Amino acid sequence: MANLIEIKGVTHAYRTPNGPLPVLENLNVAVPEGEFCAVVGPSGCGKSTLTRLIAGLMKPDEGEVWLHGELVKGPRKTVGMAFQNPVLLEWRTILQNVILPLEIVAPSMPKRDREARALELLSMVGLEGFETKRPSELSGGMRQRASLCRAIVHKPDVLIMDEPFGALDAFTREDLWQTMHDLRAKEPFTCVLITHDLRESVFLGDQVIVLSGRPATTQYVLDVTYPGPRVIDGLYTPECSDMLHTLRDQIRIAQGRSEEEAA
Amino acid sequence: MNDALRKIGVPIAAIVVFLILWELLVWANGWPNYKMASPSDLPPAFAKYWNLFLIMSWQTLWRTVAGLAIAVLVGTFLGMLMGFSRIMRAALYPLLVGFNAIPKATLVPVIALIFIGQHNFNTVLMAFMISFFPIAVSVGIGLSTLEPEYRDILRSLGASRYTIFTKIALPKTLPEFFGALKVAVTLAFIGTNLVEIVSPHGRGLGALFKSGETNGDYPLMFAVLIALAFLGIVLYYAVVFLERTFAGWAERAEH
Repeated sequence: MANLIEIKGVTHAYRTPNGPLPVLENLNVAVPEGEFCAVVGPSGCGKSTLTRLIAGLMKPDEGEVWLHGELVKGPRKTVGMAFQNPVLLEWRTILQNVILPLEIVAPSMPKRDREARALELLSMVGLEGFETKRPSELSGGMRQRASLCRAIVHKPDVLIMDEPFGALDAFTREDLWQTMHDLRAKEPFTCVLITHDLRESVFLGDQVIVLSGRPATTQYVLDVTYPGPRVIDGLYTPECSDMLHTLRDQIRIAQGRSEEEAA
Repeated sequence: MNDALRKIGVPIAAIVVFLILWELLVWANGWPNYKMASPSDLPPAFAKYWNLFLIMSWQTLWRTVAGLAIAVLVGTFLGMLMGFSRIMRAALYPLLVGFNAIPKATLVPVIALIFIGQHNFNTVLMAFMISFFPIAVSVGIGLSTLEPEYRDILRSLGASRYTIFTKIALPKTLPEFFGALKVAVTLAFIGTNLVEIVSPHGRGLGALFKSGETNGDYPLMFAVLIALAFLGIVLYYAVVFLERTFAGWAERAEH
């Protein structure tokens, strides 16, 4: 089984008072096991719909979503999600927040084991010492780190992230990119990242998929060959510059197409 | 200023200042106590009728709390219906708003005719009717404004609707719920007293007020008002205590 995620010919439209609004059209995506797939595209092109399809939160009008060789028909326990809004539960401590998915997918797991697992992750992302704090006592970047821990605490096959770093300042964002690499080195998972940030897509992704404007289809796939180890400095090399240029051009094409559609 | 002094000393000082101003107002105008009783008339009134005050206060208190308890159950239920279903929201909102707009005093004779002689029942019913609305609205708004991501986090793991409700929707709505309960608690008192005052042969502090009026015992009437205010404060702070216990996380640290 080569591909962990396979999206085959997915077409979807939302029903609105003004008639159907097509968002995805014959979309095809394949992500091999352990790979990091970054998805970029113009605003409102259906990227978030894509995450909900993979998570089994909704069904496409046409086409199929396969995970691990199984057709996705509904939510499954082997998925983790993180959003731009960290959506931590204010009435729980950081530790209890991270444990939340385990309460659902592994209700019989002893409390001590759950806490040990959560503490392990919190220390990996540099949040040791904060486990008894409330989310409101943490900075935006720290909350997003806690949200990441919660998304992978139950060792999901797939981590789905919808612009998780979008609301953070540039330097905090770069810190979290590095954290993502550190996490993947210790906890292998397959990842789909929705982003608006081309540098982010190149720094984190093994492949970058450019979606066309709405209705979105796969417009371009870039295989990232990162120069040297994945460190921020690599982004300033000519190789990365070329990749970023290519992506920028593709985005321009995608935007052009969506303007034609609007006109 | 230290914490205990600010939390207890300041409110007590404010009450004392208020009583002094009241006393001065009556004294300066030379009002007789049938026009307006002064604070110094009140201790004798309390001393004279202390056993009646205890009995009637208990009557008023338990009926208010009973009405409020029903309002919490029914209000939360209606709020859940409106929070989870757009159709229910569209159906119930105009009805509830319309019902809430009716002055409840006009309903006293109506329910008195429907349930003749059922004084306890009528009183509890009125306390309930006047106080469930803010609870229903705030629970409804709390649930319907739950960000979809909160739901998705658990739904993507295959959690049931019930689990999502108990783990996320319910606790997240608690601050709004307690906010509404603070409004509801004072409204429930108004409902109870409305029936107690208007019903013939009523019981409770409202009836005691009425008897003061009938007998021209004006200090007694003012003493009842003070007793009502006191009960209101007690019940309100009981709610504040519950709020601190169950939704204390919503309070920001003081700076």
